Amino acid sequence: MSERIREKLSILADAAKYDVSCASSGSKRKNENKGLGNASNGICHAYTEDGRCVSLLKILLTNHCIFDCAYCVSRKSNDIKRAAFTVQEVVDLTINFYRRNYIEGLFLSSGIFKNADYTMERLVRIAKKLRTEENFHGYIHLKAIPGASDELLQEAGLYADRLSVNVEMPTEQSLKLLAPDKNRKDMIAPMKYLKGAIIANKEEKKLFKKAPLFAPAGQSTQMVVGATPENDLQVLWMADQFYKKMNMRRVYYSGYVPISNDNRLPAIGTPVPMIRENRLYQADWLLRFYGFSLQEIVDQENPVLDMDIDPKLAWALRNPQLFPVDINYADLYMIMRVPGIGVGTAKKIVAARKHQQLTADHVKKLGIAWNRARHFITCAADAYTHKDLLPLQLKSLIMQQTTSKYQPNFSPQLKLF
Amino acid sequence: MVTMLYDGSFEGWLTAVFEVYEYKYAAVQIVTSEQHQPNVFATIKNVVTDEAKAERVWKGLKQKISANAVAQVYKTFLGEEIGVENKLLEYVQYAFSRPQSIESDFAHSAVLYVWQMAKKVHREKHRMEAFIRFQKMKDNLYYAVCQPDYNVLPLIERHFKDRYADQQWLLYDTRRKYGLYYDLQNVSVVEMHFSEESNEGKELQHAFDEHEALYQVLWKQYFDSVNIAARKNTKLHIQHMPKRYWKYLPEKRQL
Repeated sequence: MSERIREKLSILADAAKYDVSCASSGSKRKNENKGLGNASNGICHAYTEDGRCVSLLKILLTNHCIFDCAYCVSRKSNDIKRAAFTVQEVVDLTINFYRRNYIEGLFLSSGIFKNADYTMERLVRIAKKLRTEENFHGYIHLKAIPGASDELLQEAGLYADRLSVNVEMPTEQSLKLLAPDKNRKDMIAPMKYLKGAIIANKEEKKLFKKAPLFAPAGQSTQMVVGATPENDLQVLWMADQFYKKMNMRRVYYSGYVPISNDNRLPAIGTPVPMIRENRLYQADWLLRFYGFSLQEIVDQENPVLDMDIDPKLAWALRNPQLFPVDINYADLYMIMRVPGIGVGTAKKIVAARKHQQLTADHVKKLGIAWNRARHFITCAADAYTHKDLLPLQLKSLIMQQTTSKYQPNFSPQLKLF
Repeated sequence: MVTMLYDGSFEGWLTAVFEVYEYKYAAVQIVTSEQHQPNVFATIKNVVTDEAKAERVWKGLKQKISANAVAQVYKTFLGEEIGVENKLLEYVQYAFSRPQSIESDFAHSAVLYVWQMAKKVHREKHRMEAFIRFQKMKDNLYYAVCQPDYNVLPLIERHFKDRYADQQWLLYDTRRKYGLYYDLQNVSVVEMHFSEESNEGKELQHAFDEHEALYQVLWKQYFDSVNIAARKNTKLHIQHMPKRYWKYLPEKRQL
């Protein structure tokens, strides 16, 4: 019995690991009636050996699938071991892992067996059982199955903290090429439904405090990058649309991990595009928290993110006329745009300067990346005089003084050892 | 120079602060009786912890700085850094000397110190919320040992009480030799003394619930299965999950 469950867990966790969604924050579910759990703060409980966080028990209900998407391990044509959990098994694993403080909750996805509604109905049944029978208030993230009916989505929203539909590919052509059984419309329809239902629930909450929660942590999506030829402009444009039109909380970018010998895809052994993925997340952050518009990060002239420097530094080098920024007088918005200064530090600078003029020694201690920021700011009693460096000279100066973990990747020199 | 000796408790330190004002000490140093190194040139003053005095200082501070900053003072104290009593005294004196709140004056060394230390302690609090692993005993008690860098048990009590309202749990700090016990109603402080071996849970095997070993195995299985070998990044792994915590994590132990 225990051997079988162990085997299922290994198969169905392994198959779910390419889903990069990991968040367990942003919900507001409180423990009530002396129940179990509290989904109000996100905690990463472990980190895998590849450095990604483990916050939720992320598993598939089953890896049986009627679809044949080229980039997916669970695709119909792949010759792998298949397994399926029972409803009770998933409930037991979740509760017992949660009680031992291994996880924040459950992330449940599934291969499509039979059809969308049949699959979705089972996912919902597990979430319902956790909430109503186990009095569980931990985090639940359900994967909405493209093509599932509105009634099931509605029910899912009542039990889940977050719902997501993966858009998979940044463009429809790529989706057609790699996932012939799927179509964009089936993915967009549930997103639209969820968006409407989430907004309606917020309105209802304002009127009636007791109104039930509906996906309080919102919805998210993910797309695979590096499997198809889209550039960063296309990827980020798509993400920007999701943030603006679908009220997405997060868009995840999943650097393609070669898993099949399909000639439509990069061959096995092709490195995972980790730097690109990292740069996309940095750009995403600039969109969501730093007030940047998409055009400032990528446009028709610069459709690809720099791989050797982060997108904020790249933007600053393209706009030398805006710098240097005076730390003691510039507004918060402009200070946040200085390379090497984050949102938190920018706020601290603005708060601290009310008490006294800030010198370079002061700002250094506030936790900014001085070797980058110094070229873009002036302080009181400035010891560093700004030389008239051209953007290219500045870039090489900064890169000489920074050691990037990706440095070896930039070298044109072949490494023999 | 006056050296004030206190008992090491937060209330004790607050009492000392009260007495600095009461006796108008200018050059003063606050130390725990334990850490005190006799110095012939200093006058020794013993501080007797007095709740009323402590309360007055605490209340006064709340009127000068925000609730958030008051919490930072407490967190900084729990950081247990040598000399923290005097850094905090400097902070409190600065706060009382100004009409407006000084908590965001990060160019002031004491303010910056409190901000940074509170942040470090807060991070350790968060890591404990993440890396505490409970083991279920035969009598349904969920038991965990930890060894936090800072004295964060008082800070995580609320978190675990809110989260595990329906299970009895015991959290034990092996370095500071005390623990928290939740009996389904209240959390109380317990003091116990374990031998080194039992700290690691080795002597407790026989007292585990019959399914405990299974769930540890399943968790380790899960942890191994979600790893993507093609993305291996040991440095990042260790940065997020420092080795000093490994002995308490079933997923990093050889089972």
